[in-house]
Amino acid sequence: MFADYSASELTAIFAMQGFAGLILFSVLVLMALGLAIIFGQMGVINMAHGEFMILGAYITYLTSNIFAEYMPSLFVGYFFVAMILAFGVTFLLGMAVEWGLIRFLYKRPLDTLLATWGLSLILQQLYRTIFGAREVGVSLPDWMMGSYALTDIIEVPINGIFVMVLTLVIALSVYWLMYKSGWGRQVRAVVQNRPMASAVGINTEKVDRITFGLGCGIAGIAGSAFTMIGSTGPTSGQLYIVDTFLVVVFGGAQSLLGTIASAFSISQAQSTMEFFLSGSMAKVLTLLFVVGILMLRPQGLFAMKIRH
Amino acid sequence: MMHSLKQIFPRNDVIAFAILAVILAVVFPLTMDIFRLNLVGKYLTYAFVALGLVLCWGYGGILSLGQGIFFGLGGYCMAMFLKLEASSPENTAIQSTPGIPDFMDWNQLTELPWFWEPFHSLPFTLFAVIAVPTVFAFFIGVAMFKRRVGGVYFAIITQAIAAILTILIIGQQGYTGGVNGITDLRTFLGWDIRTDSAKYLLYFVNLVLLFVCLAIAQFVRKNKLGRILVAMRVREERVRFSGYDVSNFKIFVFCIGAMFSAIGGAMFTLQVGFMSPTFVGIVPSIEMVILCAVGGRLSIFGAIYGALLVNFAKTSFSETFPELWLFAMGALFISVVLFFPNGLASLYQQYVLPWVQAKFKRQPKAIATEQKAKTEVKSASQKTDDDDDSASLIAGARYEN
Repeated sequence: MFADYSASELTAIFAMQGFAGLILFSVLVLMALGLAIIFGQMGVINMAHGEFMILGAYITYLTSNIFAEYMPSLFVGYFFVAMILAFGVTFLLGMAVEWGLIRFLYKRPLDTLLATWGLSLILQQLYRTIFGAREVGVSLPDWMMGSYALTDIIEVPINGIFVMVLTLVIALSVYWLMYKSGWGRQVRAVVQNRPMASAVGINTEKVDRITFGLGCGIAGIAGSAFTMIGSTGPTSGQLYIVDTFLVVVFGGAQSLLGTIASAFSISQAQSTMEFFLSGSMAKVLTLLFVVGILMLRPQGLFAMKIRH
Repeated sequence: MMHSLKQIFPRNDVIAFAILAVILAVVFPLTMDIFRLNLVGKYLTYAFVALGLVLCWGYGGILSLGQGIFFGLGGYCMAMFLKLEASSPENTAIQSTPGIPDFMDWNQLTELPWFWEPFHSLPFTLFAVIAVPTVFAFFIGVAMFKRRVGGVYFAIITQAIAAILTILIIGQQGYTGGVNGITDLRTFLGWDIRTDSAKYLLYFVNLVLLFVCLAIAQFVRKNKLGRILVAMRVREERVRFSGYDVSNFKIFVFCIGAMFSAIGGAMFTLQVGFMSPTFVGIVPSIEMVILCAVGGRLSIFGAIYGALLVNFAKTSFSETFPELWLFAMGALFISVVLFFPNGLASLYQQYVLPWVQAKFKRQPKAIATEQKAKTEVKSASQKTDDDDDSASLIAGARYEN
């Protein structure tokens, strides 16, 4: 399949497809980070994670419309406001869901899966009622449009670069939050030994609630980023949920580094194959590859070595 | 070790079988027109899946979110046979290549793919309907359970496989019919399946198969196997240390679930007249779990009532308030999980059964009080650690050995 292309063309194809893969990678990482916190740290299966992401995307859409309508002079910076709003709203909704639903189900992980699926159906219909069944897109400010020419034939889009920088910032701050801050220490203590953590004075319920909220909040930011590369519809979230779960499981559920590595390999494999095969076959092959590896190595790529 | 029929079918269950049989085989056919009856037939094909899930999930604790895979495989096997019959060279004379299914002709295929060839034969098709999904389930089961992958991971991976299969079917239009699926099925060995009389007959064939599956499920449930399944769900390590190979039991019950689903899928194709990827993917697979959960994950009869009720509700909602259906479905998922983890069956046992017993006084007083005592003991033991529960279960299984 490489025979029809010259060497320099192939390099350009791999570079550009590789870059397209990096953008997919960024969105996958943002979605998977939230899920990895919720699933990896709390053991909760949040099937509504995709809907939290879409909520972030809709908030970005609303913000861009409000800015375009009332504050056109500030439109260049709307995206940062939208991101903060998206994080805030999904964070609060996440805490509310934890309080109203998840906290009763910690001992029944399979049941959280069904309950959050129900939640995702309700949210989807809610979006359809409010925003309509059509997909919506946001208009980007001028500085995000266009592309940056690396060489004569290799061009990279600027919004892609922005999404990648954003991902890097979020990933680093999550790392800092989980492994360097006092709060992260509390979360890890609760995960490792709940009764003991509670005995030394950690308010485990509060930690649970904030952890869940944080995971949802990161999904909201992922949704914000998602608007820059695709349009948003009521069921867009569902398309990504299986991929995201695979990313988290493939990486080893409790390892943030594993999550990033697996998101990288999955997105690169898919976008490179997409150029040569049809999109659906590329996806089938990628998913089959992941499922195959998971069957050989169920603990994922980077499993934590702890005794249970 | 032999079980007498009486042990496998205690009187209460025989009554439940009889009530279900009367409702499905007498009341529905007499009160409904053929359109509605055909719909009920369609709902009952989902009941096969729900029944398999009662064994897998309710008893064995294995939540499969990929039952649509097996439903679809069974359905597609049957649809391939019917499609080949419908696309005889005479029927497809206008195509550029007569004698192959129409969607292949549209996709510029000029000959039948090799894997379609055997589906010219009915015996092979009937064999494939059962064998393909069961063998597939066996491979998934061996790969997962032998490595002790279970619970949540198993659920996610089965879900991913369902997603892969859907994308594959949609992507390979020329071989599978793509998004539209395999449509325009007409005859079964020359017998037109679209007529009213055929629909009546198929409804009853479906019922007979459903009761066969129910009997198999009852046999599994009341046997030592059923006890081991429950023990395995409650405390897997203990069963393993008692000398049982846990993974083999899991593989077995997963294969049974797959086989039931496949039969349902094949009957779906026959009764509805088409098969499409919308019955394979993630969404239908999870909906099938909720049918089982609404009925009661530990009740084989509950699964059937659950499948009927949820689908009745779905049809009537979609006819009148289509936009409310997803809200109702979502609320159903949440409320079943939060408030009725054992579904309708537990409501029946808590409220209806005592009332029925008091009303009809079928049993002498002594037995009734004994039963009451039993339920009290049961509820008390539920409060204690489930360790004791599983220990006594394993002990029971051992004792029967």
